[in-house]
Amino acid sequence: MVSSPTPPSDFAAIESTSDLTRPLPVARQSFNHGMTVLAFLLTGLALLPLFSLIIEILKQGLPNLKWEVFTSLPAPQGLEGVPNGFGNAILGTLIMVGLAALVSVPLGILTAIYLSEFGRGRVSEIVRFIVTVLTGVPSIVVGVFAYAVIVFSTKRFSGLAGSFALAVVMLPIIVLSTEEALKLVPNTQRLASAALGGSRFQTVFRVVFWSALPGITTGLLLAIARAAGETAPLIFTALFSQNWPTGLLDPMASLSVMIYNYAQSPFVEQNQMAWTASLVLLALVLATNVLSRLATRKRG
Amino acid sequence: MFHASYYAKYIASLHFNLIMADSLNQPQRSQQALSPGSADTAELDLTASDERVLWLDSGFTGLVRFFAFCTVATLFWMAGIIFLQALPAIQEFGLGFLWSQEWDIGNLVFGALPYAYGTIVSSTIALLLAIPIGLAVALVTSENFLPSWVRSPLAFIVELIAAIPSVIIGFWGITILIPLLLPIGQWLNRNFGMIPFFSTEPVGPGMLPAGVILAIMILPTMAAISREVLLAVPGELRSGSGALGATRWETIVRVMLPAAASGLLGAATLALGRALGETMAVALVIGNSPMLSFSLLDSASTIPSVLANQFSEALDDLHIGALMYLALILFVLTLVVNIAATLLVQALSSHRE
Repeated sequence: MVSSPTPPSDFAAIESTSDLTRPLPVARQSFNHGMTVLAFLLTGLALLPLFSLIIEILKQGLPNLKWEVFTSLPAPQGLEGVPNGFGNAILGTLIMVGLAALVSVPLGILTAIYLSEFGRGRVSEIVRFIVTVLTGVPSIVVGVFAYAVIVFSTKRFSGLAGSFALAVVMLPIIVLSTEEALKLVPNTQRLASAALGGSRFQTVFRVVFWSALPGITTGLLLAIARAAGETAPLIFTALFSQNWPTGLLDPMASLSVMIYNYAQSPFVEQNQMAWTASLVLLALVLATNVLSRLATRKRG
Repeated sequence: MFHASYYAKYIASLHFNLIMADSLNQPQRSQQALSPGSADTAELDLTASDERVLWLDSGFTGLVRFFAFCTVATLFWMAGIIFLQALPAIQEFGLGFLWSQEWDIGNLVFGALPYAYGTIVSSTIALLLAIPIGLAVALVTSENFLPSWVRSPLAFIVELIAAIPSVIIGFWGITILIPLLLPIGQWLNRNFGMIPFFSTEPVGPGMLPAGVILAIMILPTMAAISREVLLAVPGELRSGSGALGATRWETIVRVMLPAAASGLLGAATLALGRALGETMAVALVIGNSPMLSFSLLDSASTIPSVLANQFSEALDDLHIGALMYLALILFVLTLVVNIAATLLVQALSSHRE
């Protein structure tokens, strides 16, 4: 039909071919176009909050972003001309996230090594299942757990309790992402190591681990970014403090709890500070996310 | 066997320094390290025979097992300790806690109904909004509406929403979303005021903004998993449908979505699990009222939001116990939802294999 340009009226069979070229009924066509338009509208709607949020944070947070916000303490309300900032909150977040990573990174990596290198059969399936379920435990429940374990036994709110909670939040994320990275290492590398006389220990730490390192690092960075943004596990464990961190057994300030407190404050200056802190926190978290994912994408 | 030896040569050149350096120190080991039959079985039986290495190896295996056990134990430790702390309240109030409305800190009378209701209703609103929008995003980023260099960045940007700390989304909710929703709430109240859901004058913070905020936060989960599921639908189904003369959307609605149904259900369940436990953003926009109100325009509370608000100030043992009881309910609820979602997704992936 396509190859012969003969005028269609010459043929009796044309009755049936015109069926083939007949345009779709209006109802089907409009359903098709209508749904496309609807899908794009809804996608636009989905992106709206993200852009609105970034614009708002830049608009409200940038004017106050001076060097002193990183180095000074929150100024007492109502004082003019005093350097105002949240250096203690930044330091507190760094301390608590760092301490949490110190515990959960080795624990998580070794669990992942168990899952991908040693685990066989039902036991490892159960371990993986429980880790997956652990990812879904709400972070506020983890906070309650840390409260019950540490705040209850030491009878005080402390940075230690905060970092304990953050470690529990990070742990399953690290396990799952590290296992994913280890699985990507081709089995032939393990065979090769064994063929050269490498023991299991040597195979894992001299060959497999180094091959998977970029992927593992990405997972660690994502887990750290997640922990840095968490508020719920800190709000009744580490509490908040207006001063520089004094010790692990004292309440400790953090960026996220500071944003929570100042966001509800009736004072405009504190709201402004919350925006600036949001800008710093969001920049940190988004930069980690974008960079680490770009790095893995290039590799893959 | 052939492949293994071929790759062994290749890898040996790559890792020569790493591995050979070690074997040179103990020359006797390299000859006896592999028993002759082990590579034939193609099993990864990485048996070492040197005594020191053997000891190191079994020690390492034990260590790894122990750490895996520790990770698993965290979940049970968490469940156990929260249950123990909640025990005083469980003994005091029993199961009636679930449908008692009273929450009086002064008189130490506690009931969970307003919070459980708030959690379920706000999550329902979130799901009702996030499922269609998430599906739309998943379809736009998995079908070939757009060139692929637009599609994957688009999917990535939507996933970025999941990375934003929830307290920042809540702050944005206070400043932007609540003023935006206020006229909509007023309109609903004016025109549909006879329906109990819209029966009160909106005050700003409330159930509706909380539901919308939750929808924004679970959207990335819904969109990302639905996209994966849709991309995994075999291409033959699409081609077959097209060959029978279906338009693109007829193919999507009648073929793609039914084929992906169980995975999409898993995605929605996982999103529900996230919505149930989401705390900070909700606590900032829901208004934190301890009263049970059917109106979506009224302020309310969820289990996570009441935990966030009251835990740091709770002094009395029974008050702490009641909060622990709430945490336990939330824990069990999210556990059930997440296990269901995990099983759904697992069933799908094993079915595909």
